[in-house]
Amino acid sequence: MSDTAALANTGLAKFIFGRLTLESFPYHEPILVATFAMVALGGIVLLGALTYFKLWGYLWKEWFTSVDHKKIGIMYMVLGIVMLLRGFADAVMMRAQQAMAFNGSDGFLPAHHYDQVFTAHGVIMIFFVAMPLVTGLMNYIVPLQIGARDVSFPFLNNFSFWMTTGGAILVMMSLFVGEFAKTGWLAYPPLSNIGYSPDVGVDYYIWALQVAGVGTTLSGINLIATIVKMRAPGMTMMKMPIFTWTSLCTNVLIVASFPILTAVLALLSLDRYVGTNFFTNDLGGNPMMYVNLIWIWGHPEVYILILPLFGVFSEVTSTFSGKKLFGYTSMVYATLVITILSYLVWLHHFFTMGSGASVNSFFGITTMIISIPTGAKIFNWLFTMYRGRIRFELPMMWTIAFMLTFVIGGMTGVLLAVPPADFVLHNSLFLIAHFHNVIIGGVVFGIFAAINFWFPKAFGFKLDQFWGKVSFWGWVLGFYFAFMPLYVLGLMGVTRRLRTFDDPSLQIWFIIAAFGAVLIAIGIGAFLVQIAVSIWNREKLRDTTGDPWNGRTLEWATSSPPPDYNFAFTPVIHDNDSWWDMKRRGYVRPLEGFKPIHMPKNTGTGVILSVLATTMGFALIWYIWWLAALSFVAIVAVAIFHTFNYNRDFHIPVEDVIRTEGERTKLLAVQAAS
Amino acid sequence: MSAPIQTINGTEVPVFYVVDEHDHPAGSSTMLGFWLYLMSDCLIFAMLFATFGVLGGSYAAGPGPKDLFDLKLVALNTAMLLFSSITYGFAMLEMMKGRVKSTQMWLGITGLFGLAFLCIELYEFHHMIHEGAGPWRSAFLSSFFTLVGTHGLHVTFGIIWLVTLMVQVARFGLIEANQRRLMCLSMFWHFLDVVWIGVFTFVYLLGVLR
Repeated sequence: MSDTAALANTGLAKFIFGRLTLESFPYHEPILVATFAMVALGGIVLLGALTYFKLWGYLWKEWFTSVDHKKIGIMYMVLGIVMLLRGFADAVMMRAQQAMAFNGSDGFLPAHHYDQVFTAHGVIMIFFVAMPLVTGLMNYIVPLQIGARDVSFPFLNNFSFWMTTGGAILVMMSLFVGEFAKTGWLAYPPLSNIGYSPDVGVDYYIWALQVAGVGTTLSGINLIATIVKMRAPGMTMMKMPIFTWTSLCTNVLIVASFPILTAVLALLSLDRYVGTNFFTNDLGGNPMMYVNLIWIWGHPEVYILILPLFGVFSEVTSTFSGKKLFGYTSMVYATLVITILSYLVWLHHFFTMGSGASVNSFFGITTMIISIPTGAKIFNWLFTMYRGRIRFELPMMWTIAFMLTFVIGGMTGVLLAVPPADFVLHNSLFLIAHFHNVIIGGVVFGIFAAINFWFPKAFGFKLDQFWGKVSFWGWVLGFYFAFMPLYVLGLMGVTRRLRTFDDPSLQIWFIIAAFGAVLIAIGIGAFLVQIAVSIWNREKLRDTTGDPWNGRTLEWATSSPPPDYNFAFTPVIHDNDSWWDMKRRGYVRPLEGFKPIHMPKNTGTGVILSVLATTMGFALIWYIWWLAALSFVAIVAVAIFHTFNYNRDFHIPVEDVIRTEGERTKLLAVQAAS
Repeated sequence: MSAPIQTINGTEVPVFYVVDEHDHPAGSSTMLGFWLYLMSDCLIFAMLFATFGVLGGSYAAGPGPKDLFDLKLVALNTAMLLFSSITYGFAMLEMMKGRVKSTQMWLGITGLFGLAFLCIELYEFHHMIHEGAGPWRSAFLSSFFTLVGTHGLHVTFGIIWLVTLMVQVARFGLIEANQRRLMCLSMFWHFLDVVWIGVFTFVYLLGVLR
């Protein structure tokens, strides 16, 4: 009797909770319990503070539901920086493990935990650090640079952000509920198939990326439409600022590659959930097809990350050299060529697949060809600096560090593009060193250049110089210490993702690399201190002009921070350095004749949809079918309900515009008088 | 664009801002945005076609196209979908003329054709699974069910969208926003037709020849 009751009970529990049981919580892992305690404590303090200072309403009204591209851009940046801390924590754990695990020592991470750490590190750094930071930048800067009031689809923008956040939440959840994938960041089958990874790890991976991927694709569509349709009068394609150009190409790449990721992950989930045979070893499946498909997305992805930063470096170089960008046209064409070529090189990620000499040669050569437009860009930046009056402000320092570092990464990349060399170096630490060299040296340095460059625009005060320099040197020196040893180790034949080592002579290199990680930790810490100190000293660092660097493009024409409507009057463009042109040819800021401004309304639907999508992801991960079905129906219902709201815009009253512009006039007058 | 020039104090200064600005027309980017979405969707189908191309011959000693496909049924199904495209076209013509009732009627007929298509497809799937040829039987069947099923899923959402729009047209009339939405659904619907022609040709016809 009691047995049947217990059975019914488990049946019911299974129905309600799927495969989620008490055992799913890793309370027996001291590292995770300690982390959870810290996160919970920090979370409680944060939530408590928000409640105590009554900030919930403010956050909800002014930020979470905002469709303002500037606020959404800032939220993306905050998400990226928070996730950077998590991804970096994983990196430190790996560096420590590898520096310790010699002479019979097992290090401090058990294998199943270590495998999750390196997977999570890769996934988080690419999808939830680099992507949000890049998307945030484009979101903030592009509409300002083209003289628009917002993006083409403001609601979609808010929704995209929350979907990205939903994906990030799922990844973070896997830390404390269940576990993450142990497959490496691209989850190759057959390892990632149900037979070899029966637990929830790969499902967390799949649904986190699917939820975030919706956001990324929609944000790509949104920004393309914005750049194509919303440019200020006079701004022809060849008068667009270079950052806008690289953003356009990036978003074309996003729209043309993320659907592939969505589809290939869908096939993998069909294999795992339905029992299809796409990537299985038997019944006709083909695991190498997964590798092909995911890299058809994956290679464009690395250009999605780097192209916007090429734009940043172009803006920074010309601004701080006080010159027009050298070779604007060649820069545009170089960007376009990279955009196209990025689709023709994916196979270089697996020359060892055995596709034969002709195929490998084709992909090796296309890969090497990419270095030509990239090299052209480097020379353009150098010639922009040549005979310029260079100001070594922080953005310029990051740019120079980028040029020196990225060239090394580019050269090792061309080395890897040679198929016979790749057969030796494939999956070695040489490869790890190479892609960190281009991603840290290119994307991360670029993000820091951009943050230091545009922070005064976004918040109205500059960032502190001293801590900025500490952060700069921590990162740059830390990068060299952390990754140059990996080149050496890779050439000696050490492969990636190893947990323990037999050869004691290798240990010194791992210790140097771990030291590099400490320096990078200082760089990250100093960056956070830099922001805190700058907020503290904001009155001293205040930018009242809206143009603290003597800038060249339109975003510097408006106040810092810009008003909700960006520009009281839509600018008319005559030159590709339009603000520079306006300053040079006697532009006078209009003081009257303001009109009410047409703007989109805020909405909470994006947050609601994202919460539902995240819930559905969670339910699918844990096989809680009723919840998955329920949240799916709710998503459709909420989406339909949203379309019944036709009243989505309003006018900012002319009095508000006059008041805002009047305040700016006063500030400018004070500035001129002092 | 030639720069308009204005004269202030005898010196020529270009016009740097729009003085007489009008509201942005609502939805001016919608068609482009929706087209971009369709192209991203098209890539998903391209990828599923490619997958079918690679795995379409991997029967794993199970049934192949010749054993499974009933071309007459598929022809009927294709006719349903093609007719639904024509009737959607009629709905759009009526919309241009501003006739609510006949627009609604043609939309309804379109929806019924779509429903008929789905029912026939579900019957076909059911039949195949019943014969032991489910998506888990072989890589060929996995890719077949996924490609055709993804198309069917799109048609399902198209019908849900169609019903939603019919309700909205009934409630708010053929206002500009609704016309724009009908245009978007029109593109979506014809897009699904084009994809189906690919499915019909490459999956069914070539499959039987294979």
